[in-house]
Amino acid sequence: MKIENIGDLKALKEKHYPLIKQRLGHRNGLGLTQIMVCSGSSCVSTESQAILRELERELDEHGLNENVRVMKTGCLGFCQHGPVVMVHPGEIFYCRVKPEDVKELVQTHLLEGRLVERMLYQEDLTGKRIPSINDIHFFKAQERIVLQNCGVINPEDIEEYIARDGYHTLADAILNKRPGEIIDIISKSGLRGRGGAGFPTGKKWEMTAAQDVTPKYVVCNADEGDPGAFMDRSILEGDPHSVLEAMAIAAYCIGANQGYIYVRAEYPVAVERLEIAIGQARETGLLGKGLLGTLFNFDIELRLGAGAFVCGEETALLHSIMGARGEPRPRPPYPAQEGVWGKPTLINNVETYANIPIILRRGWEWYQGYGTATTKGTKVFSLAGKIKNTGLIEVPMGTSLRTIVFDIGGGIPGGKKFKAIQTGGPSGGCIPEKFLDRPIDYESLKEIGSIMGSGGMIVISEDNCMVDLARFYLEFTQDESCGRCTPCRVGTKRLLEILKRITEGHGEMEDLDILERLSLDIRDASLCGLGQTAPNPVLSTLSYFRDEYIAHVRNKTCPAGVCKGLFSYQVDEEKCIACGLCAKACAAGAISGAPKQPYRIDPAKCVKCAACVAKCPKEAIVKGSDKEAKINENAGIFSGTGSQESRAAL
Amino acid sequence: MKTPEFSAGPVVRRAGQLYDNPEKKAEKIRLTIDGREIEADKGMNVLEAAHAAGIEIPSLCYLRHINEIGSCRVCLVEVEIKGARVLQASCAFPATEGLVVHTSSARVRRVRKTMVELLLSDHHRECTTCIRNLNCELQNIADNLGIRNIKYTGEMKQLPIHNKNSFIVRDYNKCIKCRRCEAICSKVQEVNVYSAINRGYDTVIAPAFMQDLSQVACITCGQCVIACPTASLTEKECIDSVWEALEDPDKYVIVQTAPSIQVTLGELFGYEVGTVVTGKLVAALRRLGFYKVFSTDFTADLTIMEEAHELLERLERGYKLPLLSSCSPGWVKFAEHFYPEYLENLSTCKSPHEMFGALTKTYFAGKQGLDPEKIVVVAIMPCTAKKFEASRPEMGTSKFKDVDWVITTRELARMIRQAGINFRDLPDEDYDTPMGIASGAGAIFGSTGGVIEAAVRTAYYLTSGREMDVLDYEELRGFSGLKEAWVELKGRRIKVAIAHGTGNARKLMDRLRAGEQFDYAEIMACPGGCVGGGGQPIFGTREHKEISLDYRHNRADALDRIDYSKKLRRAHENPAVKKIYEEFLGRPLSDMSKKLLHTYFTPRGESPGFDFGGEKGRFAGHVEENLHPVT
Repeated sequence: MKIENIGDLKALKEKHYPLIKQRLGHRNGLGLTQIMVCSGSSCVSTESQAILRELERELDEHGLNENVRVMKTGCLGFCQHGPVVMVHPGEIFYCRVKPEDVKELVQTHLLEGRLVERMLYQEDLTGKRIPSINDIHFFKAQERIVLQNCGVINPEDIEEYIARDGYHTLADAILNKRPGEIIDIISKSGLRGRGGAGFPTGKKWEMTAAQDVTPKYVVCNADEGDPGAFMDRSILEGDPHSVLEAMAIAAYCIGANQGYIYVRAEYPVAVERLEIAIGQARETGLLGKGLLGTLFNFDIELRLGAGAFVCGEETALLHSIMGARGEPRPRPPYPAQEGVWGKPTLINNVETYANIPIILRRGWEWYQGYGTATTKGTKVFSLAGKIKNTGLIEVPMGTSLRTIVFDIGGGIPGGKKFKAIQTGGPSGGCIPEKFLDRPIDYESLKEIGSIMGSGGMIVISEDNCMVDLARFYLEFTQDESCGRCTPCRVGTKRLLEILKRITEGHGEMEDLDILERLSLDIRDASLCGLGQTAPNPVLSTLSYFRDEYIAHVRNKTCPAGVCKGLFSYQVDEEKCIACGLCAKACAAGAISGAPKQPYRIDPAKCVKCAACVAKCPKEAIVKGSDKEAKINENAGIFSGTGSQESRAAL
Repeated sequence: MKTPEFSAGPVVRRAGQLYDNPEKKAEKIRLTIDGREIEADKGMNVLEAAHAAGIEIPSLCYLRHINEIGSCRVCLVEVEIKGARVLQASCAFPATEGLVVHTSSARVRRVRKTMVELLLSDHHRECTTCIRNLNCELQNIADNLGIRNIKYTGEMKQLPIHNKNSFIVRDYNKCIKCRRCEAICSKVQEVNVYSAINRGYDTVIAPAFMQDLSQVACITCGQCVIACPTASLTEKECIDSVWEALEDPDKYVIVQTAPSIQVTLGELFGYEVGTVVTGKLVAALRRLGFYKVFSTDFTADLTIMEEAHELLERLERGYKLPLLSSCSPGWVKFAEHFYPEYLENLSTCKSPHEMFGALTKTYFAGKQGLDPEKIVVVAIMPCTAKKFEASRPEMGTSKFKDVDWVITTRELARMIRQAGINFRDLPDEDYDTPMGIASGAGAIFGSTGGVIEAAVRTAYYLTSGREMDVLDYEELRGFSGLKEAWVELKGRRIKVAIAHGTGNARKLMDRLRAGEQFDYAEIMACPGGCVGGGGQPIFGTREHKEISLDYRHNRADALDRIDYSKKLRRAHENPAVKKIYEEFLGRPLSDMSKKLLHTYFTPRGESPGFDFGGEKGRFAGHVEENLHPVT
């Protein structure tokens, strides 16, 4: 069916709204039960699709098809507790559901009308089981604007999106508004690019619209490449139409007729959902020739990237779209002047686009109500690392890191101590505890040596070594560097080599100065954002955790016990019961011992796999500094020495 | 013969002019560089604007109009944007009205030094034994920046050196990833052999799958060698083999020099670009011990005779047209790879130095009573493609390899230095006879437009009995490097066209493919023709800021002056040519001519090293030296 005007959209909304209404906690009087199965990548990977099939089979068996509907939905963000299944009415939130639990769910919940207590979310502090999603603190503490449809609608059904006022703003825009008016609203809203740099979106649109060249293009950057970041993926998987709608609005504003979504091939679910969404939008006349019966044409093509991190940089992305090697080029000219095929091109990130329809629907004044002085609206973050509630959250700009980590994120598991939080992925910095109460926006993060980036957050606990962490990120950026400019190609390699040296215990104090100097030069001299931000993990850890570096260099110890070159496993003789389990577990044959005598680990043979640690019933195997072990070895005092003589001496 | 000296030679309007009307009035802008307000042309980048004002910004990856990608980061300058000083690559940053630039602040100097140190930390620094020692842009910049130690040390690439083909050596361990080879190969020559492979530190600029150049559609033109700032790309040197032959008392080593050598060799001994050093060149070769010193210009005249007759024959008998010139082996290989359906259009003439070799081992050997087995022909060529051409198995129809060794202008200069010859003090000497006698037409073979002009002069004379007026070319639709003209031959108006640089050749050939009609076209692989050949002098020292490309114009002018100064300006008037037809060949296109002076061509495909259709689509391993062993 072709949609030709707002009336058609409204009719569709009428038709589907009752179902949506129920999912939002209202009565709909239909007497239907709806089961929403999370089908985001995270839950898919924990077999949510098997749950879906199992549910369908089970309902069939019990003849419940008439009254119960099962459908896919997007990510709710509580990935730690997936796979997630929600049942409406009641907004009952079942977590960690397994395919074999489906029988019980159907029997107890649907047939008997009782909650399946054991599958409900259990609150950490109180141990209480909480049935409704509305009472779970993780959700209560958030402000879901961009993610408003994720977990609510079926992303594979355009009509459900329309029922959530979808495509209404597009229709309003092309039927009733001039491009300038729309751009003005976007500008006034204060929306800034969510890809990381925070460039004012309205200004970008204005610049591209002002170009007197045709054709123009609209591009969506869905090349989310930070390790541990999955905001854009979740939006594309949960609410793909919001991006399509925004791109069509953008095209109308700047005068483009063709759009490209550059999405990585590693996001198969997102790609599939986008393909379905584009297909449905074309069928209904919301993409293609003559949108909504007007003369405005706009279509979107997908471009699959091979997963190079640098392709998230806009000029590299443009090259990749055109089939060339993904390498950045100097700007100016900016993509707004010369982009795809040398023509003016508007590039925005997925999350930026996802903000557009709602801003236009609810007005810039409303949107201004969220955020800080310089940064308006909300931000989606993905939480990963040493945090209880790994997942996806959305909070207003200006929320403090403490709220994010300890309130919403639930803090660090295992009672471990918080050490730092890494924001902005490999391009960001590590923020220590003292800045946890800062309200975060683009500027405040920059001030403390990190960046907003696309919104990945990785929590670091006392178990992590900051030098090792910097090494990890440098390994990533060095591997992902396109190799074009000298500082990034060679400079990051040299940084990495120095960091490796330090983690292996061969660092010199002088290396710290070279690290710093070189990092600053790389930041200054690199061609693109990747190189310019690559030293951030080094610079921030050097500035906030210098003592850890010094411990590695001077004392040749790794305080967190991570750097394998700097510690050795030793047997605590007091605790050892000489059971011999450790020796059996050791594949390297490094552990020897005799009955009733403490076992010993030969540091020369030990590969530090920690298999013995896992096997020891008495926690008698402990990490000691390598230096200590060597001293002991020389003195022949302590266990763990390799030579026959020293053993004999004992 | 004395080296002709000219103050300002007469202006010769010839087809080959590289830059047509370069003095376009550009709009001016004003900007501040290092506190000085300067004027620059609108559209210039900061590096050019500074250069025009006498401020030199060091750079490595920059190649004017060809590679302005800002990747080496050596040309960084501070630009004031909204009150902040931002580092920008001056080669890629446009000079705009009111811009404020600092090219030598402490920060700029520090970062620049770091960049060069980083490059050096991954560069095999064997300067003293390097072929580009004292002529290396990286070495030069390191010296200028006063780099005395390298703070950054670490892994250094250890990749095998590709030196198995007969023309170009690739040493990845000296590559600084400036991408100039890639740019010139793809943007100017449009051959696209090179691209970046791998990522990060492991990035290399190489042919697909890091194959040897002999295994890909490389046309062996050597423009990449000219573009390379270091010794990562160099000609395959064969000086030692030439020395060995010269030492051998049993051998008669006969040398021939290509037309353009006489106008470029001087550059390597401190002469102004465009100085004609023919007499000293001959004297130097004699002192090196060559048995006879001949000129390829002679066989260039012969080529003109053969090709002019071929053109007339094709016109008369209605054979395939257009006739495409075949004297540039780079272009020939280009056609073999990319336009195999036009191989029948190529003139069957061998290139002049191969004709020369064939005649030396037959005609000259017979005349002098020498055993051809004992003759070694050495060709001094501006060209790496001729190294490849000499190794073609079909170049030996006289039962002997036509040309034994091809050495470039650069290699000859090295030989002269090795022999301790003070080039500048040499007297002017004349070529030996008979194969050293040449007309002005032979000389202009060395620059674009020369071949066609010479051939048409002769064809015109042959058909009308009159000498022809100066050809008046029109630039083809704004492509400099692609021109056309109309000539009347045998009462028929024929259309001739010229292209230099295979990028332009591609444009011309694509128009042909699209159905456009030409009768005769001259195509040279290198921009500017042989004066811009891949074997010509390279400027890597601080005195020469511009790359060799900019010198081609002056060199071409020098060839024009030689032509202009000669009494003998038509190939058909060359007495030695007349004589060789009388005594040996009979007439142009005779059976003897066809046997010795003509050749055939082989379609090679666009991906010769791969067999996509074959078993498992595996690498076919077609290596040049399998066909013809390189000793």
